[in-house]
Amino acid sequence: MDFSHILNYKNFGLKALFALFLAFLSFNAYSNQENATIEPAGAEAGHHAVAEEKFDPTVTILEHISDGHSWHLWGHTSLPLPVILYTPQGLEVFSSANLMDEHHAPKPYAGKYYTYVNEHEHIKALKADGTVDESVSILDFSITKNVAAMFISVILISVIFISVAGSYKKRVGKAPKGLQSWLEPLIVFVRDDIARPNIGYKYEKFMPLLLTIFFFIWFNNLLGLVPIFPGSANVTGNIAVTMVLAFIVLIVVNINGNKYYWAHIFKPDVPFWLLPIMWVVEIIGVFSKPFALMVRLFANITAGHIIVLSLISLIFIFKTLAIAPVSVAFVLFMDVLELLVAFLQAFIFTMLTALFIGTAVEEHHH
Amino acid sequence: MELVTPSIGLVFWTLVSFLILLVILKKLAWKPMLGAIHERERSIEDALNKAELAKQEMARLSNENEALLKQAKAERDAILKEAKEIKDQIVNEAKTQAQTEGAKLIEKAKLEINNQKIAALDEVKNQVASLSLEIAEKIMRQQFNDKQKQEELVGELLKDVKLS
Repeated sequence: MDFSHILNYKNFGLKALFALFLAFLSFNAYSNQENATIEPAGAEAGHHAVAEEKFDPTVTILEHISDGHSWHLWGHTSLPLPVILYTPQGLEVFSSANLMDEHHAPKPYAGKYYTYVNEHEHIKALKADGTVDESVSILDFSITKNVAAMFISVILISVIFISVAGSYKKRVGKAPKGLQSWLEPLIVFVRDDIARPNIGYKYEKFMPLLLTIFFFIWFNNLLGLVPIFPGSANVTGNIAVTMVLAFIVLIVVNINGNKYYWAHIFKPDVPFWLLPIMWVVEIIGVFSKPFALMVRLFANITAGHIIVLSLISLIFIFKTLAIAPVSVAFVLFMDVLELLVAFLQAFIFTMLTALFIGTAVEEHHH
Repeated sequence: MELVTPSIGLVFWTLVSFLILLVILKKLAWKPMLGAIHERERSIEDALNKAELAKQEMARLSNENEALLKQAKAERDAILKEAKEIKDQIVNEAKTQAQTEGAKLIEKAKLEINNQKIAALDEVKNQVASLSLEIAEKIMRQQFNDKQKQEELVGELLKDVKLS
Protein backbone atom coordinates (compact mmCIF):
# COMPACT_ATOMS: atom_id res chain seq x y z
CA MET A 1 0.00 0.00 0.00
CA ASP A 2 1.39 3.38 -0.87
CA PHE A 3 -0.46 5.90 1.14
CA SER A 4 2.28 8.53 0.84
CA HIS A 5 0.55 10.18 -2.08
CA ILE A 6 -2.49 10.72 0.14
CA LEU A 7 -0.43 12.72 2.57
CA ASN A 8 1.34 14.54 -0.23
CA TYR A 9 -1.90 15.70 -1.68
CA LYS A 10 -1.84 19.42 -0.95
CA ASN A 11 -5.24 20.06 0.53
CA PHE A 12 -5.69 16.71 2.08
CA GLY A 13 -2.60 16.46 4.28
CA LEU A 14 -3.97 18.52 7.10
CA LYS A 15 -7.39 16.90 7.00
CA ALA A 16 -5.89 13.44 7.02
CA LEU A 17 -3.70 14.35 9.96
CA PHE A 18 -6.72 15.64 11.81
CA ALA A 19 -8.67 12.50 10.99
CA LEU A 20 -5.77 10.33 12.12
CA PHE A 21 -5.59 12.26 15.36
CA LEU A 22 -9.30 11.77 15.92
CA ALA A 23 -9.02 8.11 15.04
CA PHE A 24 -6.32 7.58 17.65
CA LEU A 25 -8.23 9.64 20.15
CA SER A 26 -11.20 7.34 19.73
CA PHE A 27 -9.09 4.22 19.77
CA ASN A 28 -7.33 5.16 22.97
CA ALA A 29 -10.58 5.90 24.67
CA TYR A 30 -11.96 2.68 23.30
CA SER A 31 -9.16 0.52 24.64
CA ASN A 32 -9.10 2.30 27.99
CA GLN A 33 -12.80 1.92 28.35
CA GLU A 34 -12.65 -1.75 27.44
CA ASN A 35 -9.97 -2.44 30.04
CA ALA A 36 -11.87 -0.52 32.64
CA THR A 37 -15.12 -2.26 31.95
CA ILE A 38 -13.83 -5.75 31.38
CA GLU A 39 -12.16 -6.02 34.78
CA PRO A 40 -15.22 -5.76 36.96
CA ALA A 41 -17.07 -7.91 34.47
CA GLY A 42 -14.45 -10.66 34.83
CA ALA A 43 -14.58 -10.43 38.60
CA GLU A 44 -18.30 -10.76 38.68
CA ALA A 45 -18.68 -13.31 35.92
CA GLY A 46 -18.62 -16.12 38.48
CA HIS A 47 -21.73 -15.12 40.35
CA HIS A 48 -23.45 -13.44 37.46
CA ALA A 49 -26.47 -15.70 37.75
CA VAL A 50 -26.80 -15.13 41.49
CA ALA A 51 -26.42 -11.34 41.47
CA GLU A 52 -29.14 -10.53 38.95
CA GLU A 53 -29.36 -6.95 40.17
CA LYS A 54 -25.64 -6.27 39.67
CA PHE A 55 -25.05 -3.94 36.74
CA ASP A 56 -22.59 -5.21 34.14
CA PRO A 57 -21.60 -2.36 31.81
CA THR A 58 -19.82 -4.62 29.30
CA VAL A 59 -22.93 -6.66 28.63
CA THR A 60 -25.14 -3.56 28.44
CA ILE A 61 -22.80 -1.69 26.14
CA LEU A 62 -22.20 -4.62 23.81
CA GLU A 63 -25.93 -5.26 23.72
CA HIS A 64 -26.53 -1.64 22.73
CA ILE A 65 -23.94 -1.49 19.97
CA SER A 66 -24.68 -4.90 18.47
CA ASP A 67 -27.53 -6.01 16.32
CA GLY A 68 -30.75 -7.51 17.71
CA HIS A 69 -33.78 -9.39 16.52
CA SER A 70 -36.18 -6.98 18.18
CA TRP A 71 -36.02 -3.23 18.61
CA HIS A 72 -36.01 -2.26 22.25
CA LEU A 73 -38.03 0.92 22.74
CA TRP A 74 -38.39 1.45 26.51
CA GLY A 75 -38.82 -0.62 29.69
CA HIS A 76 -40.31 -3.96 28.69
CA THR A 77 -41.64 -2.65 25.38
CA SER A 78 -39.95 -3.82 22.21
CA LEU A 79 -40.83 -3.50 18.57
CA PRO A 80 -41.03 -7.06 17.23
CA LEU A 81 -39.30 -7.52 13.89
CA PRO A 82 -39.68 -10.27 11.29
CA VAL A 83 -37.35 -13.24 11.63
CA ILE A 84 -36.46 -14.80 8.28
CA LEU A 85 -34.53 -18.06 8.44
CA TYR A 86 -33.12 -20.11 5.61
CA THR A 87 -33.03 -23.62 7.09
CA PRO A 88 -31.92 -26.82 5.36
CA GLN A 89 -35.60 -27.66 4.95
CA GLY A 90 -36.79 -24.33 3.62
CA LEU A 91 -37.62 -20.71 4.37
CA GLU A 92 -39.21 -19.84 7.70
CA VAL A 93 -40.73 -16.46 8.59
CA PHE A 94 -42.17 -15.44 11.96
CA SER A 95 -42.24 -12.52 14.38
CA SER A 96 -39.41 -12.05 16.83
CA ALA A 97 -42.03 -11.56 19.56
CA ASN A 98 -42.38 -15.35 19.59
CA LEU A 99 -38.78 -15.75 20.72
CA MET A 100 -39.10 -13.97 24.07
CA ASP A 101 -41.41 -13.94 27.04
CA GLU A 102 -42.91 -10.87 28.70
CA HIS A 103 -39.69 -10.28 30.71
CA HIS A 104 -37.53 -10.22 27.56
CA ALA A 105 -35.99 -13.56 28.43
CA PRO A 106 -35.37 -15.92 25.50
CA LYS A 107 -38.07 -18.52 24.93
CA PRO A 108 -38.14 -21.43 22.46
CA TYR A 109 -40.55 -21.18 19.54
CA ALA A 110 -41.79 -24.14 17.52
CA GLY A 111 -41.72 -23.20 13.86
CA LYS A 112 -42.69 -25.15 10.76
CA TYR A 113 -39.51 -27.23 10.53
CA TYR A 114 -37.62 -26.82 13.81
CA THR A 115 -37.93 -25.40 17.27
CA TYR A 116 -35.91 -22.18 17.52
CA VAL A 117 -34.32 -20.30 20.35
CA ASN A 118 -32.60 -16.90 20.40
CA GLU A 119 -29.21 -17.55 21.96
CA HIS A 120 -27.44 -14.17 22.32
CA GLU A 121 -29.04 -12.92 19.11
CA HIS A 122 -28.08 -16.07 17.22
CA ILE A 123 -31.09 -18.15 16.20
CA LYS A 124 -30.39 -21.81 16.89
CA ALA A 125 -32.44 -24.94 16.33
CA LEU A 126 -33.30 -27.06 19.35
CA LYS A 127 -33.28 -30.83 19.62
CA ALA A 128 -36.24 -32.61 21.07
CA ASP A 129 -34.61 -32.70 24.53
CA GLY A 130 -34.24 -28.91 24.60
CA THR A 131 -30.50 -28.65 23.88
CA VAL A 132 -29.05 -26.71 20.95
CA ASP A 133 -28.65 -28.73 17.78
CA GLU A 134 -25.39 -27.46 16.23
CA SER A 135 -25.73 -29.77 13.20
CA VAL A 136 -28.56 -27.65 11.74
CA SER A 137 -27.00 -24.70 9.96
CA ILE A 138 -29.42 -21.81 9.75
CA LEU A 139 -28.79 -18.78 7.59
CA ASP A 140 -30.34 -15.81 9.33
CA PHE A 141 -31.81 -13.22 6.92
CA SER A 142 -33.94 -11.57 9.60
CA ILE A 143 -34.95 -7.96 9.44
CA THR A 144 -32.90 -7.11 12.50
CA LYS A 145 -32.74 -3.79 14.30
CA ASN A 146 -29.87 -2.63 12.08
CA VAL A 147 -31.64 -3.73 8.90
CA ALA A 148 -34.83 -1.96 9.96
CA ALA A 149 -32.90 1.19 10.88
CA MET A 150 -31.11 1.03 7.55
CA PHE A 151 -34.44 0.70 5.71
CA ILE A 152 -35.71 3.75 7.58
CA SER A 153 -32.63 5.76 6.66
CA VAL A 154 -32.81 4.59 3.04
CA ILE A 155 -36.44 5.69 2.85
CA LEU A 156 -35.55 8.99 4.55
CA ILE A 157 -32.67 9.66 2.15
CA SER A 158 -34.80 8.75 -0.87
CA VAL A 159 -37.68 10.97 0.20
CA ILE A 160 -35.42 13.92 1.00
CA PHE A 161 -33.36 13.77 -2.14
CA ILE A 162 -36.18 12.99 -4.53
CA SER A 163 -38.16 15.92 -3.14
CA VAL A 164 -35.13 18.17 -3.43
CA ALA A 165 -34.60 16.96 -6.99
CA GLY A 166 -38.23 17.94 -7.59
CA SER A 167 -37.57 21.46 -6.43
CA TYR A 168 -34.66 21.61 -8.88
CA LYS A 169 -37.10 20.78 -11.67
CA LYS A 170 -39.60 23.35 -10.41
CA ARG A 171 -37.09 26.15 -9.92
CA VAL A 172 -34.98 25.81 -13.04
CA GLY A 173 -32.13 28.30 -13.15
CA LYS A 174 -33.16 29.97 -9.89
CA ALA A 175 -31.24 30.21 -6.63
CA PRO A 176 -31.72 27.21 -4.27
CA LYS A 177 -34.31 27.56 -1.51
CA GLY A 178 -35.12 25.75 1.74
CA LEU A 179 -33.82 22.19 2.01
CA GLN A 180 -32.30 22.57 -1.43
CA SER A 181 -29.95 25.27 -0.18
CA TRP A 182 -28.89 23.02 2.72
CA LEU A 183 -28.02 20.09 0.54
CA GLU A 184 -26.63 21.81 -2.51
CA PRO A 185 -23.39 22.95 -0.80
CA LEU A 186 -22.80 19.34 0.29
CA ILE A 187 -23.38 18.02 -3.20
CA VAL A 188 -21.13 20.68 -4.67
CA PHE A 189 -18.59 19.89 -1.92
CA VAL A 190 -18.56 16.20 -2.90
CA ARG A 191 -18.21 17.18 -6.54
CA ASP A 192 -15.61 19.96 -6.28
CA ASP A 193 -13.56 18.87 -3.27
CA ILE A 194 -13.80 15.10 -3.41
CA ALA A 195 -14.55 13.81 -6.90
CA ARG A 196 -12.94 16.36 -9.21
CA PRO A 197 -9.49 16.70 -7.59
CA ASN A 198 -9.08 12.96 -7.01
CA ILE A 199 -10.59 11.42 -10.13
CA GLY A 200 -10.00 14.10 -12.74
CA TYR A 201 -12.10 14.76 -15.79
CA LYS A 202 -13.81 11.34 -15.65
CA TYR A 203 -15.42 12.22 -12.34
CA GLU A 204 -18.98 12.53 -13.63
CA LYS A 205 -19.40 8.79 -14.07
CA PHE A 206 -18.67 8.17 -10.38
CA MET A 207 -20.67 11.03 -8.90
CA PRO A 208 -23.82 8.96 -8.17
CA LEU A 209 -21.79 6.35 -6.27
CA LEU A 210 -19.79 8.91 -4.30
CA LEU A 211 -22.86 10.96 -3.41
CA THR A 212 -24.81 7.88 -2.37
CA ILE A 213 -21.93 6.58 -0.24
CA PHE A 214 -21.46 9.99 1.36
CA PHE A 215 -25.09 10.57 2.28
CA PHE A 216 -25.75 6.93 3.21
CA ILE A 217 -22.88 6.93 5.70
CA TRP A 218 -23.60 10.41 6.98
CA PHE A 219 -27.34 9.87 7.53
CA ASN A 220 -26.73 6.53 9.22
CA ASN A 221 -24.02 8.03 11.41
CA LEU A 222 -26.36 10.83 12.46
CA LEU A 223 -29.32 8.50 13.06
CA GLY A 224 -27.02 6.32 15.15
CA LEU A 225 -26.44 9.28 17.46
CA VAL A 226 -30.15 9.70 18.16
CA PRO A 227 -30.77 7.68 21.33
CA ILE A 228 -34.45 6.88 20.67
CA PHE A 229 -36.43 5.24 17.87
CA PRO A 230 -35.96 5.58 14.85
CA GLY A 231 -32.30 6.21 15.68
CA SER A 232 -30.30 4.25 18.23
CA ALA A 233 -29.20 1.48 15.88
CA ASN A 234 -25.45 1.25 15.34
CA VAL A 235 -25.68 0.75 11.57
CA THR A 236 -22.40 2.22 10.33
CA GLY A 237 -20.67 0.84 13.43
CA ASN A 238 -21.46 -2.68 12.32
CA ILE A 239 -18.73 -4.53 10.49
CA ALA A 240 -21.20 -6.15 8.07
CA VAL A 241 -22.41 -2.77 6.79
CA THR A 242 -18.95 -1.29 6.40
CA MET A 243 -17.81 -4.54 4.78
CA VAL A 244 -20.49 -4.27 2.10
CA LEU A 245 -19.60 -0.63 1.43
CA ALA A 246 -15.90 -1.47 1.21
CA PHE A 247 -16.70 -4.45 -1.02
CA ILE A 248 -18.64 -2.21 -3.41
CA VAL A 249 -15.65 0.15 -3.50
CA LEU A 250 -13.34 -2.80 -4.21
CA ILE A 251 -15.51 -3.93 -7.11
CA VAL A 252 -15.95 -0.45 -8.59
CA VAL A 253 -12.24 0.36 -8.36
CA ASN A 254 -11.11 -2.87 -9.97
CA ILE A 255 -13.77 -2.93 -12.69
CA ASN A 256 -12.73 0.57 -13.72
CA GLY A 257 -8.99 -0.09 -13.47
CA ASN A 258 -7.32 0.71 -16.79
CA LYS A 259 -4.16 -0.80 -18.28
CA TYR A 260 -1.91 1.55 -16.31
CA TYR A 261 -3.53 0.46 -13.06
CA TRP A 262 -3.00 -3.22 -13.84
CA ALA A 263 0.47 -2.58 -15.20
CA HIS A 264 1.34 -0.92 -11.92
CA ILE A 265 0.27 -4.08 -10.10
CA PHE A 266 1.71 -6.77 -12.39
CA LYS A 267 4.58 -4.97 -14.14
CA PRO A 268 5.97 -2.55 -11.57
CA ASP A 269 9.29 -0.81 -12.25
CA VAL A 270 11.49 -3.19 -10.27
CA PRO A 271 14.22 -5.77 -11.05
CA PHE A 272 12.64 -8.99 -12.37
CA TRP A 273 13.61 -11.09 -9.36
CA LEU A 274 11.58 -8.74 -7.13
CA LEU A 275 8.44 -9.25 -9.22
CA PRO A 276 6.98 -12.18 -7.25
CA ILE A 277 7.30 -10.21 -4.01
CA MET A 278 5.83 -7.14 -5.65
CA TRP A 279 2.88 -9.14 -6.94
CA VAL A 280 2.12 -10.32 -3.43
CA VAL A 281 2.51 -6.83 -2.02
CA GLU A 282 0.40 -5.18 -4.73
CA ILE A 283 -2.37 -7.76 -4.55
CA ILE A 284 -2.48 -7.40 -0.78
CA GLY A 285 -2.63 -3.65 -1.45
CA VAL A 286 -5.69 -4.08 -3.67
CA PHE A 287 -7.56 -5.70 -0.81
CA SER A 288 -6.06 -3.81 2.10
CA LYS A 289 -7.29 -0.43 0.80
CA PRO A 290 -10.99 -1.33 1.06
CA PHE A 291 -10.20 -3.31 4.22
CA ALA A 292 -8.87 -0.13 5.81
CA LEU A 293 -12.04 1.68 4.74
CA MET A 294 -14.13 -1.01 6.39
CA VAL A 295 -12.23 -0.99 9.68
CA ARG A 296 -11.89 2.78 9.89
CA LEU A 297 -15.60 3.50 9.66
CA PHE A 298 -16.60 0.58 11.86
CA ALA A 299 -14.07 1.36 14.59
CA ASN A 300 -14.72 5.10 14.67
CA ILE A 301 -18.47 4.87 14.96
CA THR A 302 -18.44 1.92 17.37
CA ALA A 303 -15.84 3.63 19.55
CA GLY A 304 -17.97 6.76 19.74
CA HIS A 305 -21.01 4.75 20.80
CA ILE A 306 -18.99 2.85 23.40
CA ILE A 307 -17.68 6.06 24.93
CA VAL A 308 -21.15 7.60 25.19
CA LEU A 309 -22.61 4.41 26.66
CA SER A 310 -19.70 4.06 29.10
CA LEU A 311 -20.23 7.59 30.34
CA ILE A 312 -23.93 6.87 30.87
CA SER A 313 -22.99 3.59 32.58
CA LEU A 314 -21.01 5.55 35.17
CA ILE A 315 -24.31 6.54 36.77
CA PHE A 316 -25.25 2.89 37.25
CA ILE A 317 -21.77 1.79 38.29
CA PHE A 318 -21.59 4.41 41.04
CA LYS A 319 -25.29 3.94 41.79
CA THR A 320 -25.75 7.62 42.53
CA LEU A 321 -27.48 10.45 40.77
CA ALA A 322 -24.70 12.79 41.87
CA ILE A 323 -22.53 11.57 39.04
CA ALA A 324 -25.27 12.24 36.49
CA PRO A 325 -24.36 15.88 35.79
CA VAL A 326 -20.77 14.84 35.10
CA SER A 327 -21.94 12.05 32.82
CA VAL A 328 -24.35 14.31 31.01
CA ALA A 329 -21.70 16.98 30.53
CA PHE A 330 -19.25 14.46 29.10
CA VAL A 331 -21.90 12.82 26.96
CA LEU A 332 -22.88 16.22 25.61
CA PHE A 333 -19.27 16.88 24.73
CA MET A 334 -18.90 13.45 23.12
CA ASP A 335 -22.15 13.85 21.18
CA VAL A 336 -20.95 17.14 19.73
CA LEU A 337 -17.66 15.50 18.85
CA GLU A 338 -19.55 12.60 17.31
CA LEU A 339 -21.51 15.02 15.16
CA LEU A 340 -18.17 16.09 13.72
CA VAL A 341 -16.97 12.50 13.47
CA ALA A 342 -20.20 11.50 11.69
CA PHE A 343 -19.47 14.02 8.96
CA LEU A 344 -15.73 13.43 8.99
CA GLN A 345 -16.01 9.66 8.56
CA ALA A 346 -18.50 10.03 5.74
CA PHE A 347 -16.10 12.51 4.14
CA ILE A 348 -13.02 10.29 4.65
CA PHE A 349 -14.75 7.22 3.28
CA THR A 350 -15.95 9.13 0.20
CA MET A 351 -12.61 10.87 -0.20
CA LEU A 352 -10.62 7.63 -0.11
CA THR A 353 -13.10 5.97 -2.45
CA ALA A 354 -12.59 8.82 -4.90
CA LEU A 355 -8.83 8.53 -4.44
CA PHE A 356 -8.82 4.78 -5.14
CA ILE A 357 -11.01 5.28 -8.19
CA GLY A 358 -8.66 8.07 -9.22
CA THR A 359 -5.62 5.78 -9.12
CA ALA A 360 -7.54 3.17 -11.10
CA VAL A 361 -8.60 5.50 -13.92
CA GLU A 362 -5.45 7.68 -14.04
CA GLU A 363 -4.24 7.96 -17.63
CA HIS A 364 -0.45 8.15 -17.47
CA HIS A 365 1.34 6.67 -14.56
CA HIS A 366 4.14 8.52 -12.72
CA MET B 1 -15.14 -11.34 18.45
CA GLU B 2 -18.88 -10.95 18.21
CA LEU B 3 -18.34 -7.32 17.18
CA VAL B 4 -16.07 -8.06 14.24
CA THR B 5 -18.00 -11.02 12.87
CA PRO B 6 -20.25 -9.86 10.06
CA SER B 7 -23.62 -11.57 10.01
CA ILE B 8 -24.84 -12.89 6.67
CA GLY B 9 -28.28 -11.35 7.04
CA LEU B 10 -27.03 -7.83 7.57
CA VAL B 11 -24.53 -8.20 4.72
CA PHE B 12 -27.33 -9.31 2.41
CA TRP B 13 -29.78 -6.60 3.41
CA THR B 14 -27.11 -3.88 3.33
CA LEU B 15 -26.10 -4.90 -0.16
CA VAL B 16 -29.72 -4.97 -1.33
CA SER B 17 -30.72 -1.69 0.26
CA PHE B 18 -27.56 0.16 -0.74
CA LEU B 19 -27.83 -0.94 -4.35
CA ILE B 20 -31.53 -0.04 -4.46
CA LEU B 21 -30.73 3.35 -2.93
CA LEU B 22 -27.94 3.86 -5.45
CA VAL B 23 -30.19 3.04 -8.40
CA ILE B 24 -33.15 5.10 -7.15
CA LEU B 25 -31.06 8.14 -6.28
CA LYS B 26 -29.02 7.93 -9.45
CA LYS B 27 -32.12 8.02 -11.57
CA LEU B 28 -34.41 10.28 -9.55
CA ALA B 29 -32.07 12.52 -7.59
CA TRP B 30 -28.45 12.79 -8.65
CA LYS B 31 -29.02 13.07 -12.37
CA PRO B 32 -31.54 15.96 -12.24
CA MET B 33 -29.74 17.67 -9.37
CA LEU B 34 -26.27 17.57 -10.87
CA GLY B 35 -27.71 18.52 -14.25
CA ALA B 36 -29.54 21.49 -12.77
CA ILE B 37 -26.53 22.62 -10.76
CA HIS B 38 -24.31 22.33 -13.83
CA GLU B 39 -26.84 24.17 -15.97
CA ARG B 40 -27.16 26.97 -13.44
CA GLU B 41 -23.42 27.31 -13.05
CA ARG B 42 -23.09 27.60 -16.80
CA SER B 43 -25.81 30.21 -17.04
CA ILE B 44 -24.21 32.20 -14.22
CA GLU B 45 -20.87 32.01 -15.98
CA ASP B 46 -22.53 33.11 -19.22
CA ALA B 47 -24.18 36.02 -17.46
CA LEU B 48 -20.87 37.07 -15.93
CA ASN B 49 -19.15 36.88 -19.29
CA LYS B 50 -21.91 38.93 -20.87
CA ALA B 51 -21.67 41.50 -18.09
CA GLU B 52 -17.94 41.74 -18.71
CA LEU B 53 -18.53 42.24 -22.43
CA ALA B 54 -21.16 44.88 -21.72
CA LYS B 55 -18.72 46.64 -19.43
CA GLN B 56 -16.09 46.68 -22.14
CA GLU B 57 -18.66 47.94 -24.66
CA MET B 58 -19.67 50.68 -22.23
CA ALA B 59 -16.05 51.68 -21.75
CA ARG B 60 -15.56 51.73 -25.50
CA LEU B 61 -18.67 53.84 -26.00
CA SER B 62 -17.74 56.32 -23.31
CA ASN B 63 -14.27 56.63 -24.81
CA GLU B 64 -15.84 57.30 -28.15
CA ASN B 65 -18.16 59.88 -26.63
CA GLU B 66 -15.27 61.59 -24.97
CA ALA B 67 -13.37 61.70 -28.23
CA LEU B 68 -16.43 63.11 -29.98
CA LEU B 69 -16.84 65.72 -27.28
CA LYS B 70 -13.22 66.71 -27.56
CA GLN B 71 -13.50 66.99 -31.30
CA ALA B 72 -16.65 69.07 -31.00
CA LYS B 73 -14.96 71.39 -28.54
CA ALA B 74 -11.97 71.79 -30.82
CA GLU B 75 -14.27 72.53 -33.73
CA ARG B 76 -16.19 75.10 -31.72
CA ASP B 77 -12.96 76.78 -30.69
CA ALA B 78 -11.80 76.85 -34.28
CA ILE B 79 -15.10 78.35 -35.42
CA LEU B 80 -14.99 80.99 -32.70
CA LYS B 81 -11.45 81.87 -33.59
CA GLU B 82 -12.30 82.19 -37.24
CA ALA B 83 -15.32 84.36 -36.44
CA LYS B 84 -13.17 86.64 -34.35
CA GLU B 85 -10.65 86.92 -37.12
CA ILE B 86 -13.36 87.78 -39.61
CA LYS B 87 -14.77 90.38 -37.28
CA ASP B 88 -11.37 91.97 -36.79
CA GLN B 89 -10.80 91.97 -40.49
CA ILE B 90 -14.14 93.63 -41.16
CA VAL B 91 -13.54 96.25 -38.50
CA ASN B 92 -10.07 96.95 -39.89
CA GLU B 93 -11.35 97.15 -43.40
CA ALA B 94 -14.09 99.55 -42.35
CA LYS B 95 -11.56 101.66 -40.53
CA THR B 96 -9.18 101.93 -43.47
CA GLN B 97 -12.04 102.60 -45.83
CA ALA B 98 -13.31 105.35 -43.57
CA GLN B 99 -9.86 106.79 -43.37
CA THR B 100 -9.34 106.79 -47.11
CA GLU B 101 -12.80 108.19 -47.60
CA GLY B 102 -12.08 110.93 -45.10
CA ALA B 103 -8.74 111.63 -46.72
CA LYS B 104 -10.40 111.84 -50.10
CA LEU B 105 -12.99 114.27 -48.78
CA ILE B 106 -10.34 116.38 -47.19
CA GLU B 107 -8.38 116.32 -50.43
CA LYS B 108 -11.44 117.30 -52.33
CA ALA B 109 -12.18 120.11 -49.87
CA LYS B 110 -8.62 121.32 -50.13
CA LEU B 111 -8.81 121.28 -53.89
CA GLU B 112 -12.09 123.19 -53.78
CA ILE B 113 -10.62 125.69 -51.40
CA ASN B 114 -7.60 126.09 -53.65
CA ASN B 115 -9.82 126.53 -56.67
CA GLN B 116 -11.94 129.08 -54.86
CA LYS B 117 -8.83 130.81 -53.70
CA ILE B 118 -7.42 130.88 -57.23
CA ALA B 119 -10.77 132.15 -58.55
CA ALA B 120 -10.88 134.83 -55.89
CA LEU B 121 -7.32 135.91 -56.63
CA ASP B 122 -8.12 135.98 -60.33
CA GLU B 123 -11.06 138.23 -59.65
CA VAL B 124 -8.96 140.48 -57.44
CA LYS B 125 -6.36 140.62 -60.21
CA ASN B 126 -9.05 141.42 -62.73
CA GLN B 127 -10.44 144.09 -60.41
CA VAL B 128 -6.98 145.53 -59.92
CA ALA B 129 -6.38 145.44 -63.65
CA SER B 130 -9.72 147.12 -64.42
CA LEU B 131 -9.08 149.59 -61.57
CA SER B 132 -5.64 150.30 -63.00
CA LEU B 133 -7.18 150.71 -66.42
CA GLU B 134 -9.79 153.11 -65.00
CA ILE B 135 -7.09 154.97 -63.19
CA ALA B 136 -5.04 155.06 -66.32
CA GLU B 137 -8.05 156.30 -68.32
CA LYS B 138 -8.83 158.97 -65.68
CA ILE B 139 -5.19 160.03 -65.74
CA MET B 140 -5.21 160.14 -69.47
CA ARG B 141 -8.32 162.36 -69.43
CA GLN B 142 -6.96 164.68 -66.78
CA GLN B 143 -3.69 164.99 -68.71
CA PHE B 144 -5.57 166.09 -71.70
CA ASN B 145 -7.40 168.86 -69.71
CA ASP B 146 -4.73 170.51 -67.63
CA LYS B 147 -1.17 169.82 -67.26
CA GLN B 148 -0.99 170.99 -63.72
CA LYS B 149 -3.86 169.21 -62.59
CA GLN B 150 -2.66 166.07 -64.28
CA GLU B 151 0.46 166.11 -62.35
CA GLU B 152 -1.39 166.79 -59.15
CA LEU B 153 -3.68 163.95 -59.91
CA VAL B 154 -0.89 161.56 -60.69
CA GLY B 155 0.67 162.56 -57.44
CA GLU B 156 -2.55 162.05 -55.61
CA LEU B 157 -3.12 158.73 -57.28
CA LEU B 158 0.32 157.63 -56.51
CA LYS B 159 -0.30 158.61 -52.88
CA ASP B 160 -3.47 156.51 -52.93
CA VAL B 161 -1.63 153.67 -54.46
CA LYS B 162 0.98 153.86 -51.82
CA LEU B 163 -1.69 153.95 -49.15
CA SER B 164 -3.63 151.04 -50.40
